[in-house]
Amino acid sequence: MFSARTIAGIRPRMVWKRRGIESRRAKYGYIFALPWMTGLLLFYAYPLLSSIYYSFNKYNVISPVEWVGLNNYKELFNDPLFWTGIKNTLYYALFAVPISVVLGISLALLLNMPIRWRSFFRTVFFIPTLVPVVATAIIWQWLLNPQFGLINHLLETIGIGGPPWLGDPKWSKPSLILMAQWGIGNSVIIYLAGLQDISKDYDDAARVDGASGLRKVWHITLPLLTPVIFFNMIMGIINALQVFTLPYALTYGTGNPANSLLFYSMHLYNNAFLYMKMGYASAMAWILFIVIMTITLLLFRSSSRWVYYHGDQ
Amino acid sequence: MNVIRKKYPIILTYIVLIVAGAVFLLPFIWMVSTSLKPDTQLFVSPPVWIPNPIAWENYYRAVTVVPFFTYMKNTLIVASLATAGAVISTPLTGYSLARIKWKGRELLFIITLAVMMIPSQVTMVPLFIIFSKLDLVGTFLPLILPSCFGVPFFIFLMRQFFKQLPRDLEDAARIDGCSEFGIYFKIMLPLVQPAILTVALFQFMNSWNDFIGPLIYLNDEAKYTLQLGLQQFKQAYNTIWNQLMAASVLVVLPIILLYFFVQKSFIQGITFGGVKG
Repeated sequence: MFSARTIAGIRPRMVWKRRGIESRRAKYGYIFALPWMTGLLLFYAYPLLSSIYYSFNKYNVISPVEWVGLNNYKELFNDPLFWTGIKNTLYYALFAVPISVVLGISLALLLNMPIRWRSFFRTVFFIPTLVPVVATAIIWQWLLNPQFGLINHLLETIGIGGPPWLGDPKWSKPSLILMAQWGIGNSVIIYLAGLQDISKDYDDAARVDGASGLRKVWHITLPLLTPVIFFNMIMGIINALQVFTLPYALTYGTGNPANSLLFYSMHLYNNAFLYMKMGYASAMAWILFIVIMTITLLLFRSSSRWVYYHGDQ
Repeated sequence: MNVIRKKYPIILTYIVLIVAGAVFLLPFIWMVSTSLKPDTQLFVSPPVWIPNPIAWENYYRAVTVVPFFTYMKNTLIVASLATAGAVISTPLTGYSLARIKWKGRELLFIITLAVMMIPSQVTMVPLFIIFSKLDLVGTFLPLILPSCFGVPFFIFLMRQFFKQLPRDLEDAARIDGCSEFGIYFKIMLPLVQPAILTVALFQFMNSWNDFIGPLIYLNDEAKYTLQLGLQQFKQAYNTIWNQLMAASVLVVLPIILLYFFVQKSFIQGITFGGVKG
């Protein structure tokens, strides 16, 4: 690109000149970033630190803060609903995440075939994600109504007696996992974009080697998609461990039937804003934070073994 | 033989996609169908698909039984102010992180990425305490203020967009004697319009769909947003499915219409983190 003279003469002078401008511009860097730095302190740093502090205190916003040491944490371990929340949340994450990964990849692979009306199908799978959660709750409560719901009616026509779905503690979590799959469109779009990023060269190479169909998918496409799978999995797990709005909207925060839909974040919310136990809720929040961080870290550690990055990344 | 082997997977793909697509559309069809049913056709077996007569009055009742338009107005106030805040604040920071060299810039960028990992449950309680000390609980401000200072994901998105712009433009403007603010507002900002549209869209969506924020901060029914109002409606009248569905349609429809107008920005925003980030 540059001849020896430009490199020796003009370039350094330009670089030098730029440096002068850069140092004068530095103060604008601070000015432009000032609102966000303020926001970081107000809405992230201070709450994060004071949350640790509150977790060692008793506080209901009205009476003064009272130091209780590790009592909140001790109390938590003896709180049966704390354990119920953990159990329900892990159950949910353990099923909802793998199902959504498999279903999401499958739909994306189908959409990536040389088909017509691809954008139509993509839209069909995507629009459910636009539905606000409360509306999702209403729609599915009606669809899954044990007596008059459409789903049980359809099951009946093919000779299957439908379960009581949300009315039965054994079926309520599977119902919720099913509903969550309706909103899979986001990850389908991400997988599809990942698939379209995979170079056609791989396809041609595979064809030359005589690999086709499912073997090509398994040995070439999926390994190349692992970075995207990894991203979706991390986001999926983080979201699943924080699941709140859908079960809250379905049960008005009660977690019924028989606490089978009482998830960790719901118990946390109830403690904070129903019973005004701010310290107790803060302790719960920190336990959740640490669990999420640990799981994310472990996943990142494992990623070198199964996530395939192109040489340069 | 070869043709058949080639066609076979495609036909199978169509079949699976059509069946799966029908399953994904079914809840919408059922929602619209139910919203137009007279009371007598709700609890019948076999179910009625096309209501007869069509009960348009469900929509009228849905917006009058509860103060639907008040909810709508409140939601629009919160969503548009939060969106304005995000659209002003996040390009500022994104620009600073992408195009100005200053000490601590890298650190701020790393912190911005790191705070995305903090679960909202951790900051939720102290923020409520702050807002209640400021006597702002019950107002819209706790739902609007945070985005006016910046939203980490949007800042990240803006930074990546600003980084792609060529250097020559601002150099030329600087030689012409343009001030730093002039360069930002007149030259750089117009060039990242697609990114700004994506930020606006997602912030608006997030505010429109937000449930937990209004649940924590709004306690007066006159201040409820649509999500909270819909939840209230559901709790109070949990068996009048036709009116509930009519209300749901009215809450869902604006967002879906919005999607069809700005489809590209939607897809761009969603694929940004997973593939291009």
